[in-house]
Amino acid sequence: MINILPTINVKKKKQYRGITRATRIVRNLAFIIPAAIMALMVIMAIFADLSWMGLPNVGIAPHDPNAQVMTNRYLPPSFMEGGKSEYLLGTDKFGRDILSRVIFGARVSLSVSLIAIFITAFVGTALGILAGYVGGRFEGLIMRIVDMALSFPFLLLAMLLAVAIGPGFWTVVFALSALGWAGYARMIRGEAMRINQSDFVAQARVIGATPWRIMSRHIFPNIVNTLIVIMTLQVGMMILAESALSYLGIGITAPQASWGSMVADGRSYLDTAWWISTFPGICIGLVVLSGNFLGDWIRDKLDPRLRQL
Amino acid sequence: MSGNIVLQVEDLHTSFFTRAGEVKAVDGVSFFVREAETFGIVGESGCGKSVTGLSILRLLPEPSGQIVGGKIIMEGKNLLELSKSHMRAYRGKMISMILQDPMSSLNPVYTVGDQIGESVRLHQDLPENMVEPEVISALRLLRIPAPEVRLKEYPFQLSGGMRQRVVGAIAMSCRPHLLIADEPTTALDATIQAQYIALFEDIQEKTNVAIIFITHDFGVVARICDRVGVMYAGKIVETAPTRDIFKKPRHPYTKALIHSVPQLDRKDERLYSIEGQPPSMMNLPPGCRFYPRCDVSLDICKEQEPPEVKLNENHSISCWRVK
Repeated sequence: MINILPTINVKKKKQYRGITRATRIVRNLAFIIPAAIMALMVIMAIFADLSWMGLPNVGIAPHDPNAQVMTNRYLPPSFMEGGKSEYLLGTDKFGRDILSRVIFGARVSLSVSLIAIFITAFVGTALGILAGYVGGRFEGLIMRIVDMALSFPFLLLAMLLAVAIGPGFWTVVFALSALGWAGYARMIRGEAMRINQSDFVAQARVIGATPWRIMSRHIFPNIVNTLIVIMTLQVGMMILAESALSYLGIGITAPQASWGSMVADGRSYLDTAWWISTFPGICIGLVVLSGNFLGDWIRDKLDPRLRQL
Repeated sequence: MSGNIVLQVEDLHTSFFTRAGEVKAVDGVSFFVREAETFGIVGESGCGKSVTGLSILRLLPEPSGQIVGGKIIMEGKNLLELSKSHMRAYRGKMISMILQDPMSSLNPVYTVGDQIGESVRLHQDLPENMVEPEVISALRLLRIPAPEVRLKEYPFQLSGGMRQRVVGAIAMSCRPHLLIADEPTTALDATIQAQYIALFEDIQEKTNVAIIFITHDFGVVARICDRVGVMYAGKIVETAPTRDIFKKPRHPYTKALIHSVPQLDRKDERLYSIEGQPPSMMNLPPGCRFYPRCDVSLDICKEQEPPEVKLNENHSISCWRVK
């Protein structure tokens, strides 16, 4: 048999369409960097010391965050003139190690925000789904409460709480949660209403699913994407709010360190000892920024139109 | 044509209460379906076909949609008197429904197996390891190839026709006695439509399910239905075996409808169409609803609604011309 087909010399061209490892990494930098920062902060918070494991003298923090050494007050960071190598980021007005306080502050700031985020997400989602599903007067009532919560001055509430039950960890959590759920409720309600109108919910009704089942098995899984995105974006908001409260002295109380209270401590010495406020401030900025970047990245990834790719 | 009567609807009235007033979407509909029989409900859009279907399942959009009168009898029980939870136990188990757009009736976050299994788990008290065989048998019933593979797939992985069959498998998973199909073929192209209808016939043969087929397509009616109810403005004006509807329609509306179906062997210049518009369901004329558009109306048609006349066991009609 004569081969009439011309032999085409298929020279393998360099693959341009294929995604090389390098481009993939570059594309995901928007995820890798903020995720790494977040992970670092979380590790700092968890391993600040290991007293929770029964090892009080082991941990990342080089010093006791509350140990005052009066001879070492206002020491600049070790890389500056006059700094001591054992105080990497300098010391504050009581001679406490800034680095150790930043590390322990991460614990307080992150746990306050995470607890508040989970409380608000839970309450807001439950009420939002219920309002969107039930509709009618119940929905009207919930949404008016949401309107009130969203228009109530957050700082006023926080100050009232601080006066009523005294400043402290749980006061901050409570202040952050008391109003924060409303945003979720409003967002989730809209989603729940949309999904409640969808054909697959109608289908679930046709096969005899109960309202509880429709809400938990059909509506909820379809709003998880939205929920995760809001929660991630809230990390930054919550850290900022916690810092603001601690800065104003109605949050975490001395001598416990939180980033906000550390910024507040250093504000009168900004011209002479800038490092007291700056390093916790940088941490706040980094976490807030990372939270927002992560939120954007997750939203892009979870977008249903992109999910199938 | 003498199976047991599975469902009997008597003088059903369903209304929507809107700000503008009461809309009588279904206004005195009566019919029945027998075992292994397909009953077609035909009519133009807005005549109350779908509302009739939803009323049977009591799934009207609340609070505006309400069943205001009549009886829906299944196995000697009036479904309208059942408690909410009792009614829920009927849905999916005794009565299933395939919705107007089956393509979007699947939840994107669950696999096919989960969704069919949901219905099985809700209605059949089976040990967990018996659920999957049930799911597979439902998929087989709908002639879905390789069911063991399919049940692990998500809706977006399936083609349109396949999704439609999965919806059918959900509906049939508990072997209901009655299946309500609300224009399931409207969104399909002609070849798939023919396949899908053949599938319905096949399922009916295997399971003896009674089918209420809601459609506006006479081609589909001719293909699948045993008996047909022609609906106009919330009422069934003529009920007859399919053959009679096509060969000797008696009601002027049925005649006009049949006449307006394009036919290959008829070389008319223009396709016939019925003059005018159906009446507003908000304020119906006092007499026959079709009177303003009827070619052969009498004086009495304007004043009094025609009663239902039974020509024989299977053929009944509401028209003053027929006595």
